[in-house]
Amino acid sequence: MKFYFFHLMPYTPLDLDYDKTYDSVWVTLPGTYYDYKNGPALYSRFLDELEYAETLGFDGVAINEHHQNAYGLMPIPGVIAGALARSTKKIKIAILGRALPIVTNPLSIAEELAMLDNMTSGRIVAGFVRGIGAEYFSSGANPAQSLRRYQEAHDLIIRAWTEPGPFSFEGKYYNFEYVNTWPRPYQQPHPPVWVPSQGSRETIEWAAAPERKYTYLQTISPFVNVNRYMTMYKDAARKAGYEPSASQLGWYTPVYVAETDEIARREAKPHIEAFFNKFIRMPQEMLFPPGYSSVDSLMGVLAAKRSVTNQGGPQTIDPLIERGQFLCGSAETVVQMIKTYEAQAGFGTLLAGLQFATLPHDLTMKNAKLFAEQVMPHFREPVLRSALPTRHS
Amino acid sequence: MAPPAQLETINGCKIRYWRAGRGEPVLFLHDGGGVTEWAPFMEQLAQNFDVIVPEHPGFGHSEHPEWLDSMADMAYYYLDLLAQLRLSNVHLAGASLGGWLAAEVAVRSCHDLRSLTLVAPAGLQVKGVPKGDVFLWSPEKLTRSLYHDPAFAEVRLSQALSDDDQRIVLGNRMTAAKLAWQPRLCNPDLHKWLHRISVPTLLVWGENDIVIPPVYGKAFAEFIPQAKLVTLPRAGHLPHIEQHSSFVGAFQDFVAGLAAA
Repeated sequence: MKFYFFHLMPYTPLDLDYDKTYDSVWVTLPGTYYDYKNGPALYSRFLDELEYAETLGFDGVAINEHHQNAYGLMPIPGVIAGALARSTKKIKIAILGRALPIVTNPLSIAEELAMLDNMTSGRIVAGFVRGIGAEYFSSGANPAQSLRRYQEAHDLIIRAWTEPGPFSFEGKYYNFEYVNTWPRPYQQPHPPVWVPSQGSRETIEWAAAPERKYTYLQTISPFVNVNRYMTMYKDAARKAGYEPSASQLGWYTPVYVAETDEIARREAKPHIEAFFNKFIRMPQEMLFPPGYSSVDSLMGVLAAKRSVTNQGGPQTIDPLIERGQFLCGSAETVVQMIKTYEAQAGFGTLLAGLQFATLPHDLTMKNAKLFAEQVMPHFREPVLRSALPTRHS
Repeated sequence: MAPPAQLETINGCKIRYWRAGRGEPVLFLHDGGGVTEWAPFMEQLAQNFDVIVPEHPGFGHSEHPEWLDSMADMAYYYLDLLAQLRLSNVHLAGASLGGWLAAEVAVRSCHDLRSLTLVAPAGLQVKGVPKGDVFLWSPEKLTRSLYHDPAFAEVRLSQALSDDDQRIVLGNRMTAAKLAWQPRLCNPDLHKWLHRISVPTLLVWGENDIVIPPVYGKAFAEFIPQAKLVTLPRAGHLPHIEQHSSFVGAFQDFVAGLAAA
């Protein structure tokens, strides 16, 4: 199994009482909640944490793009990838992802990722997403065009990477007389494409299509959904006539490892609860702007909202762990959780969110170290496991 | 009493509409929320007019055509509708998004129009005067924001939606977003062409409109040559619903004035 350290770079000093006045940290939370004096130390800290992932032997780091919010301070993830391109030497840098439909010129994404791919000698993984609903309020992009713009921008970027230019591109949303990407990507034919999603059927079937075979990443979800959507992907692949490999499935989930189960729950509790109750929180209208999802999917969302089994009210750590929405405990416990889930869903990549919400630097570093040294080795190929350095006490 | 719904296929797109009454034709273009009922103002107008109320392509029970991308597409569709239904000397009216649509039709051609009535139309952007974000508001906040008298909102909010109704609400919102998300509820070029409206125009605004503030009425009145602005007291964004008798009275006075002129 491959392991990535996934970082959102949240605004950790957030005043958590913001929700007495505002209903979300997205789009409408006033900028005065961001104290610019915190910025340099925060970015420095976050880069230290990701660079530590290379020291610890992770396969890669993963970063992503969000706008106008305290949940993730990477509106331009390529800036972070650019810094990591020089400060790391071996690990993959997965940008999960760039939100294709919300830019007016997708060629800028092709160029940015191609530059990074050259600067890292081919360590870039390209994540293509539609962007969470809130991004359609912050970017002004039309959510009713989201799916089609996504697919058209994707086609344009892939052609811009793989067909030496110049050529012209005639689309419904994008038109260019001259497409001629310099630099061309270092990885041939192009960097691997991963598709993170919350579980849209359209997205899953599109990613699984034989002409793409893109790695599908299920983002933070109860395990029952992780399994359902990964099964949907495998079914789509088999229906299309091929057997998908484990490397085509990945799971991004928050993880916290400590010395014992009890210590892990105690240390993680305030931070993981802040993550689910304060940082992710947004009104339904912001999460699902009109046209972003089909009427059928929205009817499903509304039905789930009405359902008695829906988890209403504030989230607490124990049910989050029970549902597999948060992997937390001693190394032994977390190893067991991953083994159990992996046996069912068959994913080949785990993207561990080892920093979440307000989790401070020291606990993040401890978490990453314990995860790398005591969890990851259980999932390495035998030859690699034997080659692992023994831990010094 | 609501007339039976009728169907008409225009340029391959089937739409549903209601038609009742006798007299000069009034073509009423609904707002982004669609037509939820045969409203009292329609019934009152049908006493003296041939009232036609379509569900736009992409709304209600009308088809969602592949070609529909913009208000321009919609405006040309309605010019085709006027031709196909052989309507002439039409009193074209519309509210909110439908008022904007009526203006888009009229700047393209007033050939078959006798008059234009715009009820709190979207379509313009007055710098420094934001409209309400109808897409971000919760359904409850949206409903409450539409009316001056909370009793109207209470009635609406107390009506449980069937699954079919809910699907229609979601479909209407999707089409409204397609047409009006960006730039939000306006066409930045529209003001350049409003001078082409060559028929007498009635602008109606609710005094207490917080979705599209009444200052927008003045902006439309500045750009449309033969425009008269009427502000109705104790009314929000839907004065034709909330003060339907005043609205119908203002409309009939306006039409009577046309005959006298």
